[in-house]
Amino acid sequence: MEPSSRTDSLFLPIQGSTHAPDVDSLYYFIHYISVFFFVLIMAMMVYFVVVYRRRPGGPKIRQISHNTPLEVTWSVIPLILVAVIFLWGFRGFMDMHIAPRNAMEVHVTGKKWLWAFEHTSGRKESAELHVPVNTPVRLIMSSDDVIHSFFVPNFRIKQDVVPGRYTTLWFQATQLGEHHVFCTEYCGKDHSVMAAKVVVMTPEEFKTWSDKDPDEGMPLAELGAKMYQKNACVSCHSIDGSAVIGPTFKGLFGRSEQLTGGGTVVVDEQYLRESILEPQAKIVQGYQPVMPTYKGTLTERQLNGVIEYIKTIK
Amino acid sequence: MNKGPTSSAAPGSAEPVVHGQGGLSYLNASHGIKSWIFTLDHKRIGVMYLVFVLFAFMMGGTFALLLRLELLTPGRDLVDADTYNKFFTLHGAIMVFLFIIPSIPAALGNFILPIQLGAADVAFPRLNLASLYIYAVGAIFALYAMISGGVDTGWTFYTPYSTSTSTAVVPMVMAAFILGFSSIFTGINFIATIHKLRPAGMTMFRMPLFLWALYATSIIQILATPVLAITLLLLGVERWLGVGIFDPAMGGDPILFQHFFWFYSHPAVYIMILPGMGIISELIAAFSHKTIFGYRAVALSSIALALLGFLVWGHHLFVSGQSEFASTVFSFLTFTVAIPSAIKVFNWLATLYRGSIMLATPMLYALAFLFLFTIGGLTGVFLGALSVNIHLTDTYFVVAHFHYVMMGGTVIAFVGGLHYWWPKMTGRMYPEPIAKVVCAIIFVGFNLTFFTQFIMGAKGMPRRYYSYLPEYQPWHVMSTVGSWIIGLGFLIMLVYLLWSLRRGPIAPANPWGALTLEWQTSSPPPLENFKHTPVVSGGPYDFPDET
Repeated sequence: MEPSSRTDSLFLPIQGSTHAPDVDSLYYFIHYISVFFFVLIMAMMVYFVVVYRRRPGGPKIRQISHNTPLEVTWSVIPLILVAVIFLWGFRGFMDMHIAPRNAMEVHVTGKKWLWAFEHTSGRKESAELHVPVNTPVRLIMSSDDVIHSFFVPNFRIKQDVVPGRYTTLWFQATQLGEHHVFCTEYCGKDHSVMAAKVVVMTPEEFKTWSDKDPDEGMPLAELGAKMYQKNACVSCHSIDGSAVIGPTFKGLFGRSEQLTGGGTVVVDEQYLRESILEPQAKIVQGYQPVMPTYKGTLTERQLNGVIEYIKTIK
Repeated sequence: MNKGPTSSAAPGSAEPVVHGQGGLSYLNASHGIKSWIFTLDHKRIGVMYLVFVLFAFMMGGTFALLLRLELLTPGRDLVDADTYNKFFTLHGAIMVFLFIIPSIPAALGNFILPIQLGAADVAFPRLNLASLYIYAVGAIFALYAMISGGVDTGWTFYTPYSTSTSTAVVPMVMAAFILGFSSIFTGINFIATIHKLRPAGMTMFRMPLFLWALYATSIIQILATPVLAITLLLLGVERWLGVGIFDPAMGGDPILFQHFFWFYSHPAVYIMILPGMGIISELIAAFSHKTIFGYRAVALSSIALALLGFLVWGHHLFVSGQSEFASTVFSFLTFTVAIPSAIKVFNWLATLYRGSIMLATPMLYALAFLFLFTIGGLTGVFLGALSVNIHLTDTYFVVAHFHYVMMGGTVIAFVGGLHYWWPKMTGRMYPEPIAKVVCAIIFVGFNLTFFTQFIMGAKGMPRRYYSYLPEYQPWHVMSTVGSWIIGLGFLIMLVYLLWSLRRGPIAPANPWGALTLEWQTSSPPPLENFKHTPVVSGGPYDFPDET
């Protein structure tokens, strides 16, 4: 593979993905052919205009109706050149459209006027897409409203994002750092600020980022409410006082509970912690010991959040 | 050195039927507003079309200047984002539907085609007048769309944006729908005229290349425009009646709209450029006193472009989500279109060889065309290549490419043709020195405006952006300054053309020493063009050798 360029050339931005070197080579191949033919045509035009311009004593007109060998030559040479360009462009295009099987997948949603991303881990982000370097990433994209288009100039990739269907795109980033994402299908008022960034990280940084608590800074009770929904506590523990499979959370904190096999316990932080991590330790009378453990599922902070949440339900 | 302008020795000419100046011409044969509104004379209809399309050009140009001004800095300079979006939509829609499509065929073509052919008028004069009236009705709808809030969809009306925006889409779509019929009527008329009204001796291969180009254009107008009409009608049905054709929320397919739209609009690119190529053939032959090198190749390449132009619409959809197979086929076909265009450029170049080149203003425009159209064509090769297209499409690179073809090609050819035939149409010469200076001003301004757009486009600047990253600003500043230079050029041109109507030197019948039939009658021509029906005995560019 050709090494990718870290700085932008006269015409093209930096080469940030494995697609870029091939696209750029073809771009400059066409560029130099174009410059050659343009200079040739203009030089001949200027030369003819100077030499054959109308003036007293100028060269005499000589009518020439056609010249078949010449005409065949200037038809066939461009034909060969465009055939080469077609095949080269086709090859690069197919490479862009066939993602490696092991590609990391990210779902992308375009909507007026932001880009939303969801990793397969469930991690969501908007206006920023974090990916590891040198790793194939496949984007599965759809739109919530009108047509948008996902364009990363540094990666040389672009694909319309259409409502009612999926379109896909893949890349393998080669340059660390931030790369601009533009919307390139006109979508109304804020089309020009429907921007995002691809943040390319080392695999270690990416792992740290992935593992980092996305709910940092969220009030504990709010975090607990989110965990209550996300971890399906809701399916067994009501918050309105009705008994489902387990005791309701309503007014639970500070209550005194009768336990199966005798004894009572006052519901405090310690009891709630134990019941979430080791549910079978103390079973409230009238309920079956069916709750699974949440040890390893909830982080320490999320556990605190759930307890704080329960305290708020009175 | 050359033969006299009206020499009977010129084998391509008709009998020398030049009228003296001061006789009755089409301009003074009758008077009063009714004599214009109800005229069936193709020349008067052509002149009225010319006035309309020049007015449309000024309006579309004003929007262009306004939006370039807004883009001078990344932030707000003049208007808000919604207004900017309307500006570029109106610039595009007016320039495409009201100016560039009718510019050469309906204005210059209407005037010149019957005379160049040796006919007294077009085959269907009433249909011709009807086409003008329909154009006027379409223009009224477009004006109504503008004053009732404008449109913000872009001239392409892509769904589902166009079915969900609250702006005046329906009046503008109606305008394009109606204007299409005006275009179809012109096409029908030209094909019938060329087939049925050629005088004795005027075989197809003795026709001037401008007529071949108009013939090819007419084929496209008749075959492609109805597809636009039905597409816009379906768009209206979706907006009015909520029938889901393109909107996925109602079970439609938005990409179907793009296929329908470009099935018309790509051939429409050839409606725009082919007549321009025809003018360039006339100019280069007339101002070199040379027969066109490879006349048949140039004539037939117009037909080839007209037909191949129908097979490449999918190259507008490489990133739309169409299948890879379709994109590959369309890329391949797109490259086949490059060949007839290349052939034309090489033939024009070869025509200059061993000619006697007179650098009057129309010829300067023809040379400017060769420069600009060559860049427009070569940058099309970048866009035809699939992998490179992915990076460049929907950026300023595309904007620059089609302006090099549409403005650097068609508009420059139109202006060249306007100067070339100005003496014939008005009976007055334009002022030559100032006209040459203006040609140079427009050439410089054009390249400053649009060459910079290739660079910022390749660097990733997306099109249709109200604000942009600061790193693109230097290119935007240059482009905006260039637009002022172009504007200045056209302003001076407007002044000297209006001046020449009354004060310009009286034009002789054949100021350029050209051989085609329009120069064998007086300037301006009499009511039915020729005193006697011409008899043609040779080709249109049979200039003699010098010994």
